[in-house]
Formats: sequence, structure tokens, C-alpha cells
Amino acid sequence: MTVTNVHKDPDALTMAITVELDAPVERAWQLWADPRQLERWWGPPGYPATFVDHDLTVGSRATYYMTSPEGQKHFGWWEVLAVDPPRRLEVRDGFADDTGKPNDDLPVGTMAVTLAERGDRTEMVITSHFPTLQAMEQVLAMGQEEGMIQAIGQIEGILADTPSS
Amino acid sequence: MLTYNHMVVGLLQAERADRVFHALADGTRRDIVVRTLEGEHSVSALARRYPMSFAAVQKHVAVLEEAGLVTKQRKGREQLVRGNVDTVRLAAQLLDALEAVWRERADRMTEILADPNGGTP
Repeated sequence: MTVTNVHKDPDALTMAITVELDAPVERAWQLWADPRQLERWWGPPGYPATFVDHDLTVGSRATYYMTSPEGQKHFGWWEVLAVDPPRRLEVRDGFADDTGKPNDDLPVGTMAVTLAERGDRTEMVITSHFPTLQAMEQVLAMGQEEGMIQAIGQIEGILADTPSS
Repeated sequence: MLTYNHMVVGLLQAERADRVFHALADGTRRDIVVRTLEGEHSVSALARRYPMSFAAVQKHVAVLEEAGLVTKQRKGREQLVRGNVDTVRLAAQLLDALEAVWRERADRMTEILADPNGGTP
């Protein structure tokens, strides 16, 4: 089982998820540090992520977009709050307009990642925190909207017995 | 995405998260939830707020009701809509949805690490 623990604190609007990976810490760190690898797991299926800027130094911003099957781009960003390769990364994350400029109307959460050695494996803990319930609601709804709509579309396609892509 | 959810989160939990997710994936529905958490609104009062038909708003309310995010009560000729969730419960549901997102990401990380090309093309 990849995910070994999930701790959710609804009062603190925080979730910590522990992932055990079959790779040394240095290798697992590349999942975050190498934008080409990051792109392969960040977006939901059918919505590949493209990182335009990706510089994991404190104060830097990473900008990315996810492309919908219709070709529409949805921009997001990270601002690096702390980094200690290959063990720790902490970012603020939020959404951006269609030029990649941060959208201040949308809420911002934080995400902290730690990596620790477990023999020749790595334990990765990702802690997400939202300042308000509305922030969590919006981040989740917006980040996943297309993926959900697509998934529902796929189910309808299957029910109608039409071939799906 | 649903397939991943079903595998790793379990059918019931995933379906519940998906319903809440889908219900909140629409801007009008999010707005209705926020408004009706603040106080009861009739469907017709809500319908006046949005540039769409009464029937369209009624349909949004039905989706929210199905997801358990609002309740509807008939009072005379009016249908009153009230946000149904205490904030902690909504937070818990949203955290369920967030968990599903990260479980999928963890699966993809594992696939990349198992890739003999080492992830970098």
C-alpha cells in the first residue's frame, strides 16, 4: 500500500498524508525537483500539468498550467517558503489567471512535504493546510472541476455503450 | 479518476466525496451553499440572484440537496433552502476529497519510480 497513513483535522483544516515509496530519498525528491517528473503526477488523468517556471529556492515562484482535453489552460502557482533538498519543501499554492499572474481573489493554502529514509525506501509526508473553509472548498472544487466532469462524462459514455477514448 | 478512487478509497467513501465534489464544482452552487449557510433563502429568492431560469436554479438546488449540502423545506407556496452542513462536517467531506486526490497522486508517483527510465524522458 502506497499510502500508509492519513490524518485529517477538520477543525484545523489540515490533512497530512503519508506515502511510502520504493526508492531512496534522493530519488523520491526528484519527483518534486524535476519539473518533467512533477508534470507526470501533479495533474489528474487527462489534464497534464506543464510547469512554465520551476525554481525551488526560497522566495521563488513556480508557475504551471493544466491543459484540459479541449485545450483550455488552467494556471496555478507555488511560492517556495522553505526548501532543504532532499528532505523538505514548503510552498504556498494558489491559482492564477490565464497569463499565469496570481489571482488574489482566490484563496491560498500551504503545502509542506517532508522526506525521510526508511531503510532503502522513503517515507513522504505531505501536509496541506487551508486558512478558511471557503479556501479549502474553492481550491478543491476548482482544482478538480474538470477532472470530475470528465469522469462523469466517461461514465455516461460507458452507460450509453459508446467507445471512450 | 473514479476507477482510482474506487480502488483505493473504497466505494462508499469515494461516491460520497464525488457527490460533494461534483456539487461544489459549479460556481453558482458554491454561491448557493455559502448564502444558505448564512441564512434560509427561498428558491425564488435565489433564482433572482443569478442570470438563469428558475428551473435552472431549482436544478442546482436539487444537486446540492442530493449531495447533502442543503435541505429544502416547503413553507406555504415557498420552498426554503438552508445550508445543511455544520462547517466541520463540510470540512471533513472536503478533506475526504483531498485525500482521494493525494491517493491518486501517490499512485502516479509509485508508477514513475517503478519506470525503468527513471521518470525523465
